[in-house]
Amino acid sequence: MRLTTGSILAAAILAMSSSVAHADVTLSVLIDTNPESIATLDVLTKAYKEKRPDVSFDVEQRAGGSEGDNIVKTRLATGEMADVFQYNSGSLFLALKPEKTLADLSDLKSEAGVRDIFRKVVTGADGKVRGMPFGPAMGGGIFYNRKIYADLGLQVPKTWAEFMANNEKIKAAGKVALAQTYGDTWTSQLFVLADFYNVQQQAPNFAADYTANKAKYATTPAAMQGFGHLEEVFKAKISNPDFGAAKFNDGLRMVATGEAAHYPMLTFGIGTIQQNYPDNLKDLGFFAQPGEDATKNGLTIWMPAALYVPANSKNVAEAKKFIDWVGTKEACELMAKAVPSGPYLIKDCNLPKDIPQAVADMLPYFEKDGGTAPALEFLSPIKGPALEQITVEVGSGIRSAKDAAALYDQDVQKQAKQLGLPNW
Amino acid sequence: MTRTKSPYPYWFLLPAAVIFTVLFLVPTLASFWFSLTRWDLFSVEFIGIENYRQFFREPFLIQGLFNTVVYAVLTSATKTVLGLLLAVLLTSGLWGQGFLRTLMFFPVLVSTIGVGITFTVLMHPTRGIINVALATIGIHGPGWLTDPALALYSVVLVDVWKGIGLATVIYIAGLASISPEYYEAARIDGATRTQLFFRVTVPLVKPATVTVVTLSLIGGLRSFDLIWAMTRGGPGFSSDVLASVIYKQYQAGFYGLSTAGNVILFALIAVIIVPLTLWFNRKEVEL
Repeated sequence: MRLTTGSILAAAILAMSSSVAHADVTLSVLIDTNPESIATLDVLTKAYKEKRPDVSFDVEQRAGGSEGDNIVKTRLATGEMADVFQYNSGSLFLALKPEKTLADLSDLKSEAGVRDIFRKVVTGADGKVRGMPFGPAMGGGIFYNRKIYADLGLQVPKTWAEFMANNEKIKAAGKVALAQTYGDTWTSQLFVLADFYNVQQQAPNFAADYTANKAKYATTPAAMQGFGHLEEVFKAKISNPDFGAAKFNDGLRMVATGEAAHYPMLTFGIGTIQQNYPDNLKDLGFFAQPGEDATKNGLTIWMPAALYVPANSKNVAEAKKFIDWVGTKEACELMAKAVPSGPYLIKDCNLPKDIPQAVADMLPYFEKDGGTAPALEFLSPIKGPALEQITVEVGSGIRSAKDAAALYDQDVQKQAKQLGLPNW
Repeated sequence: MTRTKSPYPYWFLLPAAVIFTVLFLVPTLASFWFSLTRWDLFSVEFIGIENYRQFFREPFLIQGLFNTVVYAVLTSATKTVLGLLLAVLLTSGLWGQGFLRTLMFFPVLVSTIGVGITFTVLMHPTRGIINVALATIGIHGPGWLTDPALALYSVVLVDVWKGIGLATVIYIAGLASISPEYYEAARIDGATRTQLFFRVTVPLVKPATVTVVTLSLIGGLRSFDLIWAMTRGGPGFSSDVLASVIYKQYQAGFYGLSTAGNVILFALIAVIIVPLTLWFNRKEVEL
């Protein structure tokens, strides 16, 4: 009894003493298990708690990949979602039916400071912005081992032909030219997905036509190229002998330590290398996936994930305040210091001076006008779920590139129909 | 013939009936409904039999169906034959018989996912202990799980290793229930050992055979966990079975489509198992 009276009294005093009359809140947050996400959220919550001691955070982690998609969709649909959650932008964001499930964030002050290229990929069909960038933009391209390049006197390739010529030289020197890791099937998609900058150079309307069911992979030679590259790489026999069983972490280890010269991957691998092979970080370089024409060399980029607030959260107001702060330059620079693996999407938010070599290799593409293009999943809501199995088939010599492109065209139909797109 | 009246009052059945209805009947009926819709968890749209059409258009479905049947028949047949032989061996008064029986049964107790992950490591094409051992005697081992022509059969092998203990135990019980008098009589008639096995043991152990075949066939048809842990249906689609195709639709968020797949799996199992059971039962009456 005494305790109760005491606590009521304490609460009353607290309420009176605090000029802004709000009680203590706990915001629940759901993020994935990627070390970069955890590090990012950690600096954000620590700094925010100093500003707002009455707010505390209850952080929960979830699996990534398609299992993570399932968790997020199920929890949103059943009303069990955390007050703030992190999830992909682009086509996966649209699959959440944001107009129904997510809170509108377009009235937040800091949204004005978010780059337009990002605002577009977290905008629902109703034109309202619903997410705040969380983490840096990523590039999809090819990691290379700078030591091997220096030893063999190789140049960073600007065309696919130059790239394959380098591979032959590396193979002739008795080294593994290319790390492939089909034990984690998603890693097999890179040659197709990261080729999109090159696709756009040759077929500028592909994304729109593809969404409208007018253009197909199988009938667009520029889009077919990615599948062709996989076939070519298999035939050239330049990959590690255990490519069918090796995993993502094996690939990162191989290219960082010089077991292999190249590894096609997204730049978010830099964080893992920094953590697991810090001594090899300086040997790690990066270049965009080369296309046909050396004068049109550029990088396919991925937008970072975003933080969202579910529409039916009990703490929408407090959650929005937190997210508003995450969008400030101050918060962004904290993130950039913790995870400097790519450029951030808040205007005037700068990376620290001391960045890994692979990040330094990536920045010139961003600085050049037209040096980057967003990946297809940020321009079209359609991504077929079986792509990673199909690319494993092509890369393992089970299916030809031509067949694979046609099969993938069939696969995307399901997604288009599920989204209720016109013309499908 | 009149039905014998149950000695229990109806309200005695109520708790079981409620549980059965809520946990089995309602979801089963609901899944028939959802299989006719385009369902993304947020909204449901009735689309008739479109999901079934789509499911049968899945390019990997035919391969998946074929693999499912191959997988079920192979594992079931191997478990039945080897299980019986092992049971005969382990009831023949062998030295250390009890210990060997325990050893035989042990893999059944281990988690399937654990077995799958362990064998994935053992079957690694370059670093796995199987190929390393083969290399020491000069054999270049295949990519057990990475060669598309081999992956499914490697999983079958592991499934048999894991499941054979159960088949053996069922057969041991079956053998124990055969009266020794049959064997005596046959021996007096001058039956050889082979004749004893084929003319006495095999026909009389039939109830055990029915159990082993039915259980392992159903298990094989709906097998998922071992395949998922070892190959995820890969490389590509080469070891996909019906259950893994369904799971991938579910993961991709096509909830209506994957429900339709489950209804098809349900039908497939029924189509195979019901006639099989009827056939077994008829034979039993004839005997």
